Formats: sequence, structure tokens, C-alpha cells
Amino acid sequence: MRGALAGRGPGDRTALLLSAMASPSPPAIEVQHLTKTFEGVLAVDDVSFALARGSTTALLGANGAGKTTTIALLLGLLLPSRGSIHVLGEDMLRHRYRALPRMNLSSPYVDLLRRLSAYENLRVYAGLYGLSDVSARIARLAERVELGEFLHRPVGNLSAGQHSRIPLAKALINDPELLLLDEPPASMDPDTADRMRGWLERYRTETGATIVLASHNMSEVERLCDDVLMLKSGTLIDRGAPAVLLARYGRQNMEEVFLHIARGGTAAAAQ
Amino acid sequence: MSSMATSVRRIGAPTLRHLYLFRGSWPRLLELAYWPTMQMVLWGFMTVFLASQTSYVAQAFGVLLSAALLRDVLFRGQLGISVTCFEEMYSRNLGHLFVSPLRPWEMVASLMTMSLFRTVVGVVPASFLSLAFFGFSIYSLGLPLVGFFVNLIVFSWAFGLVIAGLVLRFGLGAEGLAWAGLFALAPVSGIYYPVAVLPHWLQAVAAVFPSTHVFEGMRAIVLDGVFRGDLMATAVLLNAAYLAAGTDVFLRFFHTARIKGLLLQMRE
Ligand SMILES: Nc1ncnc2c1ncn2[C@@H]1O[C@H](COP(=O)(O)OP(=O)(O)O)[C@@H](O)[C@H]1O
Ligand SMILES: [Mg+2]
Repeated sequence: MRGALAGRGPGDRTALLLSAMASPSPPAIEVQHLTKTFEGVLAVDDVSFALARGSTTALLGANGAGKTTTIALLLGLLLPSRGSIHVLGEDMLRHRYRALPRMNLSSPYVDLLRRLSAYENLRVYAGLYGLSDVSARIARLAERVELGEFLHRPVGNLSAGQHSRIPLAKALINDPELLLLDEPPASMDPDTADRMRGWLERYRTETGATIVLASHNMSEVERLCDDVLMLKSGTLIDRGAPAVLLARYGRQNMEEVFLHIARGGTAAAAQ
Repeated sequence: MSSMATSVRRIGAPTLRHLYLFRGSWPRLLELAYWPTMQMVLWGFMTVFLASQTSYVAQAFGVLLSAALLRDVLFRGQLGISVTCFEEMYSRNLGHLFVSPLRPWEMVASLMTMSLFRTVVGVVPASFLSLAFFGFSIYSLGLPLVGFFVNLIVFSWAFGLVIAGLVLRFGLGAEGLAWAGLFALAPVSGIYYPVAVLPHWLQAVAAVFPSTHVFEGMRAIVLDGVFRGDLMATAVLLNAAYLAAGTDVFLRFFHTARIKGLLLQMRE
């Protein structure tokens, strides 16, 4: 799958997506009746969806909607109260370790070690993924996300803009087929944020990876995602490509759609 | 690549991280060696003083110094597990560790590796200093010393894993309670005196700890010049049970952490 996609331009993506959806190859993610309760709090409420391989999907929803919980469930960092999770063809409740080497996470809730340099941090993660040829791999990554001259400086001494690339480098260390990105930091300046999207797009076209992105940044969602899952209080309330959602809610941009839904609106009420 | 080789690489990865932290941090390395050395100096001079008083106590020289050094194996070994685990928690790294293919048992193996490192760096310099200061070498215990060391460090791992599991489950607040447990262990383990001086009921309690049999065995060599195979065998058997139980407790708490969402540590 990845080899076949390498080197193709972004123009081919829609065609590939359609053929992937039509073909019998299993979806990248298939979730059924996923439910997670934390001591009475219903964080994810009977959610079902399937995501095609090579798609980029946004998890959209207000704070507390259940985005982080969903991502943690997909990784097996959390155990569901109910429901099934299949990732890259593996049953995550039974064979989690078959899928984990092929996926990765970037999250604001976990830190890299600040006293270590980016290089050292990346070496540790390369080891965790059992990778060989580590130096060459890190060199490639450093080039990919422009780590350049600060590769060997302690992560804690880097500016926010420089620092924000390292979690992405970490998330790409094992060339994941499935990349889960939980709310890329809001502190990023527009230039870095824009480059970040560029790197992500490049990685996607080069590898055909599937991406799931929890985000509050609507322009990011419109630019990167071909599919949006709208979450509200743990339930999946709507789903569709950004253009489809704009039409359905009669709005100009995703920001308006988001506000409309967050404040209790429905598609029918918008018409 | 064989899965064992991959496992070894994965176990090495978190270990490497902690070694990185030590490199370039002389105060941290020195700190490891500081307390065992202080212990040894304190007890050494105390024994020198006592030895000048009576000829009987002179025999206690090797006993007390050996006890002080071996006690530190127990203590450092336990700290090596729990402190290494706390560092992962303080730096909010558990999430990254457990979305990687690192198995929980591999994490346990990595904690043990770090514990061994911390203990050796802490205790070996003190053992040589005791030679320089007092002309006493713990290595005169001979081959049984290896058995004592292994037994004490394995027991400390079992204890450390339970503490690490408690802290994983109940947060860093559980830390103090857990350490109180370790300190309570010291007086009944007969580290500095034979268990025979304890009341009968306390002797029965002492017998369930492998450390008790190690210190009794050490005294048998230093005072009577005999190696007690029975004591060593008891310690090994007890340790097998403690290590299995300690690992099991850690893995159970780890499982609970996956249910309660503690690995993401987003609610600090
Ligand atoms: N470990 C946890 N323990 C208890 N409640 C939690 C835990 N994690 C999340 N929650 C609750 O679950 C709900 C969904 O949270 P989350 O998935 O973090 O939302 P989002 O990422 O969309 O902001 C919230 O009400 C939150 O308070
Ligand atoms: Mg979140």
C-alpha cells in the first residue's frame, strides 16, 4: 500500500481514496459502539465509524467533547468500557502489539525529556520501536522537519517554534501508517504552523499514511482533512467532508459550522 | 530480526534515556555514591570506637561494616526502581512509552537494569573506601557475597515494583506511605543484630523476609566462618515468590491505569 503510493502527487489522492473505499482492503480504523465511562462521566458514548486508508480525518468538538479520550482508546492507552476497535486490521483489544509498531502519536499531554537533546530523545524512541539504522533515520527526520542546527541542543533550551517540531519528528520516527495528532499546540506561530502542515502533507503524499487530527484550528482542518467527525459530549453528531458540512449547515467556513454545532444547532435548524 | 533482539532493544531504550540523564550530571552520580559512603564511614568509626572498649565487640567490626554495605544494596536497589519510575511520571513520559511497542514486562526489565546500575555505582565505591579507611574488604566474604547481593537486590526489586505500582495507581501521594514500609522492614530484618534478640513473635515476622536470611547468613560467615546453605536456599525460595508477587502487583496496577486513564496524566 505504502510503496504503491510513494511518489504520487496530491492530485491522485481522491482517486486513490475512492478506489481504497471501493476495494475490499480493510479500513485503517474501524470502531463499533465505542463507549468509555470514567466513574460516572460518559466521555465517549456509543461511537461507531470507519476511516479509509490514506484518509485524513479531523476530530472536531469543544473542550471535553471526547477527542483525547477517543485517540487514547485507539492506541490502547485506555481500555474501553464497551465496543470494539480495529486498527490496521488488528483487534486492538487482543493484538495491540501487532498494530503499535505501525502507528504513532503526537500529544500535548505527554512531554519529551527536556534535559535531553532532540537527537537523544529520538534515539530513545527509535529503540522503543526496535528500529535499526538509527543515525541515518534521525538524519532523514531532521531534514524532513528542518531540525538542522538545534538537533543537538537540550530540548528545554529551544524556543517554542523550534521545540514544536520535535514531537512531530518523534511521531514520524517509525514511519507510521497511522498518525494520531492530538491538538497540535496553539502556541505555534503561523509560520511554523504552516510549515508543519506542509511537512504533514508531504509525509502523507510520500507514504499514503492515514492521519487522525484533533484540532481547534478550522483553517487547518479545511486545508488538511478530507473527512470530519463532529463530536459533542462524547457522541458523534455529524460526519462528512468539509465541503459537504459547509453545504449541509449553509455556512461559509468550518469555524461557523463548529460554533453553530457547539451552541446546540442542528443541520435542519441551519437550513 | 528476532523478537528477542527487538525486545532487548526496547528494554535498552528507556534505560538509555536514564543513562543520558546521568551523563553530564556529576552531582547525580556523586549523590548515588554519597549515602552508602556516609553509612560506611559512620559505622566504621563507631566500630573503631567500640573496638577500643572491649575485645568482644572487636569481632563486630566486619559484621557491622558488611551489614551497612549490604543494607545499602537493599535500599539503593529499591530506590533504583521507584525513583526511575517516578522520573518517568514527573516528566509525563508514560504516554509516549506505552504507545510504543514496549511491553509492560519490558518496562519492568528496564527498571531493574537501572536499579542495578544505580546500586553498583552507589555501593562499589563505598566498598573500596572501607578498604582504604579501615582495611576491611567486604569481598573477603568470598563467593557467598554474590548470593547475598543477588538476593538483596531481587528483594528490593519486588518491593520497588509494588511502590512503583502504588504510585502509578494512586499518584505521587502514595510515595511517603510506601517508603515508611521499607523503613519498617529494616529493624525486623536483623540487619545490625541477630534476629535472636527480637521477641519471639517478631522473629516469626522476620522469617518471611528474604533479607533476614541474607543478614543471618552474612553473620554466620563473619563471626563463625561457616557458610549456611540452608539460609541461602530459604532466601532464594522466598525471593522467587516475592519477585513474582511484586511483578504481578505492578502489572495489575498498570492494567487499572489503562482503565482509569492514568497513563495520559492529563489531570495533573
Ligand atoms: N482520566 C480521566 N478520568 C476522568 N475523567 C476523564 C478522564 N479523561 C477525560 N475525562 C473526562 O472525559 C470527558 C472527555 O474528555 P477529553 O477526551 O479529554 O475531551 P477533549 O479532548 O475533546 O477536550 C471530559 O468530561 C473529561 O473531563
Ligand atoms: Mg483533548
